[in-house]
Amino acid sequence: MRDSLFGLVLGRLASSLITLLLVSLVIFAITSLLPGDTAQQVLGQFATPEQVEALRAQLGLNQPPLLRYWQWLSGFATGDLGRSASNGVDVIQLVNDRLPNSLLLAAITTVISVPVALIMGIAAAMRRGGVLDRTLNLITLSMVAVPEFLVATLAVLIFAVQLGWLPALSYVSTVDSLGAFMKVYAMPVLTLCSVLIAQMARMTRAALIDQLDSAYVEMARLKGAPPMRRVLRHALPNAVGPIANAVALSLSYLLGGVIIVETIFNYPGIASLMVDAVSNRDLALVQACAMIFCGAYLLLVMLADLCAILSNPRLRNR
Amino acid sequence: MNDTKTMPVSKGKRHPYVSPRSRLPIAVPKQRNRSGWQLTRWIGLSLFSFWLLVALFGPLFAPYPMGAFVSDQIYGGASTAHLLGTDYMGRDMLSRMLTGARYTVGLALVAALLSTLVGAGFGMLTVLLPRWLEESVRRIFDTLISIPSKMMALVMVSAFGTSIPLLILAAVLSYAPGSFRIAHSLAKNLATLEYVQVARTRGEGRLYIAAVEIFPNMIQPVLTDMGMRFVFIVLLLSGMSFLGLGVQPPVADLGSLVRENIGGLSQGALAVIAPALAIGSLTVGANLLIDSLSNSRDNQKE
Repeated sequence: MRDSLFGLVLGRLASSLITLLLVSLVIFAITSLLPGDTAQQVLGQFATPEQVEALRAQLGLNQPPLLRYWQWLSGFATGDLGRSASNGVDVIQLVNDRLPNSLLLAAITTVISVPVALIMGIAAAMRRGGVLDRTLNLITLSMVAVPEFLVATLAVLIFAVQLGWLPALSYVSTVDSLGAFMKVYAMPVLTLCSVLIAQMARMTRAALIDQLDSAYVEMARLKGAPPMRRVLRHALPNAVGPIANAVALSLSYLLGGVIIVETIFNYPGIASLMVDAVSNRDLALVQACAMIFCGAYLLLVMLADLCAILSNPRLRNR
Repeated sequence: MNDTKTMPVSKGKRHPYVSPRSRLPIAVPKQRNRSGWQLTRWIGLSLFSFWLLVALFGPLFAPYPMGAFVSDQIYGGASTAHLLGTDYMGRDMLSRMLTGARYTVGLALVAALLSTLVGAGFGMLTVLLPRWLEESVRRIFDTLISIPSKMMALVMVSAFGTSIPLLILAAVLSYAPGSFRIAHSLAKNLATLEYVQVARTRGEGRLYIAAVEIFPNMIQPVLTDMGMRFVFIVLLLSGMSFLGLGVQPPVADLGSLVRENIGGLSQGALAVIAPALAIGSLTVGANLLIDSLSNSRDNQKE
């Protein structure tokens, strides 16, 4: 039993790694398909062909693509991600500076949104078809489709412009007290949470309702168990796996949202780093950031998968 | 979903096109208040058709040319001359939004249509192809689905620079795989049904089976799925424009209108809020409409 579980986890891990490898191939292929390459871009259009050729040789751009792919990929193992074309700083250093900020933002958002979403989802499932459920359904259904920048602009408008409680832009460097910390993080976190909570609450509700529809809950109802007990004692323990699955999947929405939120609030995270890199067409930096995002995405999807499988014995033997 | 609880035979409802042994995913009709989802459907339908009409005919009613500098006042408020105020260069916001909506809706429609054509087309045809070919196509789509859509768009823009065809290509590469997955599993289930087996035994070709036997039976879920993809693509493309990496001046979609006027946010300018709300009402409307349609699909088909 334990062996097969261990093997299963290992198998999932291996398949995620293979997918990550294929993803890296796609990213590398897209970013190095160009005829006009980095060397041309660094030197500008007035460079002589000899100069371009020399820089190409220096950067290793004249080697066959597969070899370059291999060197780039092995760079991830050694921490050598190349050099940023726009300011000459090592990519790994830029990433190291920015990544903790993004992780902190993601952590705060997760800590706030998960409990709220779970309560909303469970409440809606318990009152299925009732006023509360229908109201929540309408709200979450709308929030899921709202673009992040609409939430962000409305938040700035209300809290910064009208009420004047919060600064419109985030600056992490000014944080020296808890109050300042909360002021800086309030709006980015609020924006990220709004979409995330809606997504998660919907999935939680669906997972719980799936359980509430099953025969054993019907049995509990016939036995005379009160609604609260049916949900909390009977259905919820069995829905933990699907709910964990839903939470992990919803968290992957963070990866898209954080790009807009970091940009609009000027937050010095990895996503705004990447957007700047894309504007400057700084390919080494773009590649590294894209790999980090795709890796995080695959990790969350794998966790979601594992939660679903481990909680449902029937899926273990597939 | 196991199939024991998916076949409600009560209430005199016949289930369309599904035999009792089928493993097709069928939604259990929701225990919802009928008037409740009727309301969301009407909200959704009116918002969505409003934006569709604006995209089709809006520019005809624009009071000023899109690029004309018509006012001395920047970030002007609503007035009789400029119903939605003026932008950061004193251009009429209403005129710009009417044209911007055409780009937002039009691009997303084209991209959603293409994604569905590519995804559902492959999903349907691969069922009929040899096993190894099916598996390799699936592997490719599975790889593409593992790249978040914004990442795909950002990476492609960083490599090739932004342009409208490239944005559409990025959207198709991101959203065709999901469409493929759904269409593939639908087609796979349909392909095991008796009437398809009969057609096969009769000696019909693959294309005939796909077009005549399988396609008509999966068109509804595929269309619903296309609606979802439309919403995602509107969000993706306006997000890219908001980052300044999407549609470029002089052309502007609603996302670029939010971006170019973001400087007016601290004054509470209408020029930022109006296009942002416009995108929100479009996506929310479409989402409400699709949700109500897909929930009531089983009730409608009788």
